[in-house]
Amino acid sequence: MEPVKIIRSKTVVMPFEDIDTDQIIPARFLTTTTKTGLGTKLFNDWRYAADGSPKPDFVLNTSAAKDAAILVGGRNFGCGSSREHAPWALVDFGIRAVVSTAIADIFRNNSLKNGLVPVLVDSATHEWLLGNPGAEVTVDLEKRLLKLPGGREVTFPIDGFSRYCLLNGLDQMGFLLESEAKIKAFEEARA
Amino acid sequence: MTARSLFDKVWDSHIVTPESDDHPAILYVDLHLIHEVTSPQAFDVLREKGLRVRRTDLSLATLDHSIPTVPIKTFKDLELVSEPAAAKQVVQMDKNCKDFGIELRNFASAERGIVHVIAPELGATQPGKTIVCGDSHTSTHGAFGALAFGIGTTEVGHVLATQCLLQRKPKTLAINLNGALKPGVAAKDIILKTIGEIGVDGGTGYVIEYRGTAIERLSMEERMTICNMSIEAGARAGMIAPDDVTYSYMADRPLAPKGSAWDKALKVWRNLPSDDGAKFDRSVTIDVGDLKPMITFGTNPGMVVPIDQALPKTGDAAFAKALRYMQLEAGKPVLGQPVDVVFIGSCTNGRLSDLQAAASILDGRKVAAGVRLLVVPGSAPVKKAAEALGLDKIVRAAGGEWREPGCSMCIAMNGDKVAPGKLAVSTSNRNFEGRQGSGARTILASPLTAAAAAVTGSVTDPRKLMN
Repeated sequence: MEPVKIIRSKTVVMPFEDIDTDQIIPARFLTTTTKTGLGTKLFNDWRYAADGSPKPDFVLNTSAAKDAAILVGGRNFGCGSSREHAPWALVDFGIRAVVSTAIADIFRNNSLKNGLVPVLVDSATHEWLLGNPGAEVTVDLEKRLLKLPGGREVTFPIDGFSRYCLLNGLDQMGFLLESEAKIKAFEEARA
Repeated sequence: MTARSLFDKVWDSHIVTPESDDHPAILYVDLHLIHEVTSPQAFDVLREKGLRVRRTDLSLATLDHSIPTVPIKTFKDLELVSEPAAAKQVVQMDKNCKDFGIELRNFASAERGIVHVIAPELGATQPGKTIVCGDSHTSTHGAFGALAFGIGTTEVGHVLATQCLLQRKPKTLAINLNGALKPGVAAKDIILKTIGEIGVDGGTGYVIEYRGTAIERLSMEERMTICNMSIEAGARAGMIAPDDVTYSYMADRPLAPKGSAWDKALKVWRNLPSDDGAKFDRSVTIDVGDLKPMITFGTNPGMVVPIDQALPKTGDAAFAKALRYMQLEAGKPVLGQPVDVVFIGSCTNGRLSDLQAAASILDGRKVAAGVRLLVVPGSAPVKKAAEALGLDKIVRAAGGEWREPGCSMCIAMNGDKVAPGKLAVSTSNRNFEGRQGSGARTILASPLTAAAAAVTGSVTDPRKLMN
């Protein structure tokens, strides 16, 4: 996995609350047995008409989404299904960070394992971001900072272990595999 | 000693290494449930790294999400009825299980079905266990006093390879549900009401413990319906303390302990309920004595009203957006809304008592003209037991379709779907936009309410059809 340190990008804004993973990637695309290529299906049913043509007014089909790596979503982003296809699709599309006031538990966990940084912000910062789509911002994972235009900075919480793994491009499974002796001892103690 | 909650006890007894600032806890997993949709990429990681499945004996695999609900005997049958990608996924699951030495409850198995229906049925789900699956409705198993939650595919790989997960300890939320349900009101109505009260993110970061007199009165199948939808309130897990209802459900199940092992297990299980004075990070109390049948009207399970109530006159932007999608009007009742499809099934309401409830309404009645009724038992044993009671005949005589087990129209991956714009009353768990098919509109309800809609052709209070 590629290390993630600094993400500098304009934002693309989807202001709706409770954006669920069925919207991020509809279930009918989960028949895949690989992780790749899901970006074209990202938000499929919001993005394309029934005949497959792009809906011109949907934000991901506009120039606002071009080269945007930071998605600002409404509260409770990523709720619903545990499908990891949701972060796979976002990353495949080019998104590297999701910003909201609340991010659903399973989606947040899945994101941390795929180089997608979940950034939790306070309501005031969120309001500002929602009201200023396309703002150039920076997610500094090392410093746990979201840097806004004009020099304003807000810190965001992130699990220290996940942050370490992201900064160093490490697969979390390595830590578990290295704990084999402890796992074995645990099993033997319970037997 | 400090008073501990049910959750605390299960959590504490599965810690391989405790959490610190530097790393999360390593949590041991007692039972890993596996299905075809969220596991292929995890098996591929094991292949890439040259790893084996560490505990095939603690893995339980089946086919449910993308499997057709028409009769299938061979892979050739599958190719005839399934979309190529869905068929390929099933074939891949069979190969993965063979390659890694995991027994698969395949389409020929008498034990197959929705993973959250079969594990309790087999007796694999037990109090005090940690249970995970690449599926958010794993919370179902918490009905037995297990700590059960959904995980992503990367974590499926972690469990396959190490039988462990890296986890931060969640907070605890006590939901006290008191009162006696009135006739025509079901467990589904309790959980829809609860989600409406605390909101679709009210449980984020928490493990819920459902407690109170209403919970104590429920059967195991009803308790599973409650715990199943914990994730719809944002909570990864929902738990209920085990009691005699739990133990009598479990006794003699194929994978439940037997003889002296049962007696020994029972002693441990009886110590699991939360101690008096156990602390919860948050508490909510809801009285369900006056609860009515509940229906959703919007595009998440928290947008819910009593069936005889008009929709709110005004709401926020999300409310307006949801009503636009649902083609419903603010200030008007949903009652009487014409229905196109009724789906009875899923890991929420696909068990025998659910099918019995639906059949009690369907018996001697006909599905209304122009309505499609699909009844999908949650598992092969549920189907068999229902047929022994003649429920299949009641469904068919009414004009409904009686199908093979699977997730079916709850997730619409297997060919069973609702057409664009059509309105479904469904006993499943999610009314998200397009959940039951692109453009489909979903109203979530209990099996009684769903069956009432099937025979009247419109959203109907089931109490009007009960004697």
